[in-house]
Amino acid sequence: MGSYRIEVDLDLCQGHAMCELEAPDFFRVPKRGTVEILDAEPPDDVRSAIELAVESCPTRALSIKDQEN
Amino acid sequence: MTAISDVTRVSGGHDEHGHLEEFRTDPIGLMRRVRDECGEVGAFQLADKKVILLTGAQANEFFFRSADDDLDQAEAYPFMTPIFGKGVVFDASPERRREMLHNSALRGDHMKSHARTIEREVRRMIENWCDSGEIDLLEFFAELTIYTSTACLIGRKFRDQLDSRFAHYYHLLERGTDPLCYVDPYLPIESFRLRDEAREGLVALVAEIMATRISNPPNDKTQRDMLDVLVSIKDDEGNPRFSADEITGMFISLMFAGHHTSSGTSSWVLIEMLRHPEMYAEVKDELAELYADGQEVSFHALRQIPKLENILKETLRLHPPLIILMRVAQDEFEVAGRPIHKGDFVAASPAVSNRLAEDFPDPDTFDPARYDKPREEDVIHRWTWIPFGAGRHRCVGAAFATMQIKAIFSVLLREYEFDLAQPADSYRNDHTKMVVQLARPALVRYRKRIKE
Repeated sequence: MGSYRIEVDLDLCQGHAMCELEAPDFFRVPKRGTVEILDAEPPDDVRSAIELAVESCPTRALSIKDQEN
Repeated sequence: MTAISDVTRVSGGHDEHGHLEEFRTDPIGLMRRVRDECGEVGAFQLADKKVILLTGAQANEFFFRSADDDLDQAEAYPFMTPIFGKGVVFDASPERRREMLHNSALRGDHMKSHARTIEREVRRMIENWCDSGEIDLLEFFAELTIYTSTACLIGRKFRDQLDSRFAHYYHLLERGTDPLCYVDPYLPIESFRLRDEAREGLVALVAEIMATRISNPPNDKTQRDMLDVLVSIKDDEGNPRFSADEITGMFISLMFAGHHTSSGTSSWVLIEMLRHPEMYAEVKDELAELYADGQEVSFHALRQIPKLENILKETLRLHPPLIILMRVAQDEFEVAGRPIHKGDFVAASPAVSNRLAEDFPDPDTFDPARYDKPREEDVIHRWTWIPFGAGRHRCVGAAFATMQIKAIFSVLLREYEFDLAQPADSYRNDHTKMVVQLARPALVRYRKRIKE
């Protein structure tokens, strides 16, 4: 478990699947659905890939939240 | 219990059409005054429409989270109907839009081939440049983005049958968006007459191209572009299903959102870089370093180019291509203690929200470092940093547009040096039309770079 959590606002997700393109191991977007986060607490060493995925979201539905250990 | 008090109307606007004349000359000044006098929910009058302008994070969040059933955009832009033509709807239902998105050219997996197409189009535009010379930014980028958007969204084959006439007519269409459309989009005024003539000119060009496709249908299905498919569709009686007029309308609507926006933004990115020579030098160094690996534009345009991206974000904040976003209320609402009634026009303004001093310190200063960690003012203020809108309706082309800017400047800045050809503060936007364009003249000089 990493020191951060991926959060999603499903009200905003429109299923563009840009996150899946950046980090396919952590995000899956079905053809007509909204994002499914496969692991909401990824390890620290993939954080930069997760950040890219979060930034690439066209509707800003994703965010990263740091958590205290 | 607090009573709901009615929305305050901004000062002025005592003419026949309310604030329309002021909106036609200084829309940003008018909208700022709404914010100053009335706060985050205020009103102005556009002909017979009451427009409720929302500003600031809380009111904007309401605007951008609303579904189409609550705030509808189809009726909010009456200037689009004569441009698209009859039978082409401005917008589809949310379900249909989502469906279209998943089948569209804007999907992430098409970006690499689009980047290659854009590089090719930039190189074609500059192949006849001399060692040094001067260009008008509006003319150059408006024509370039006609070629990139047709090549990427309709097909290279269609693009290859176009010349500068298409860009010329398209520009006149965009100019036919005088706010007088809120009185009547068919008023007998010069810009509307030119708009209708330009549309006829476009239909004639498309009809010519359709004739070449019908007389010479491709045998190989993989060689077909969107136009080949459209001309091959027949109705029940075996006649062509779509007229040249209808197909032109589809193409215009397909290109509309991405054209003047990308054209204006490209111009302003270059102007802002030339106004800030130290930032311009940093971007040139950044590109030199990145491309030292021998990779192609289609590789790096899809990856991070941090300094150029920060300059793009700051350019978009200060010069958002859309200064007002409109909807029509389909129901009764309450925002920040103020009522919105069914039938009211409701608006958000990137031009006003992007410069709120409480969210963007020194709001009028060009400061790309505001996007560096940990400031990240675009992420932290996601309801007021709104050059692409926000929420459900956030621009579906944002990723494409960002990639396009990176591809364009990856070519231009490595091939040529640029200089301002007029005083730095003389570049400005023309706000007399709903579609904002760079005011002319907007000249810059170029000089071929000497390869070391």
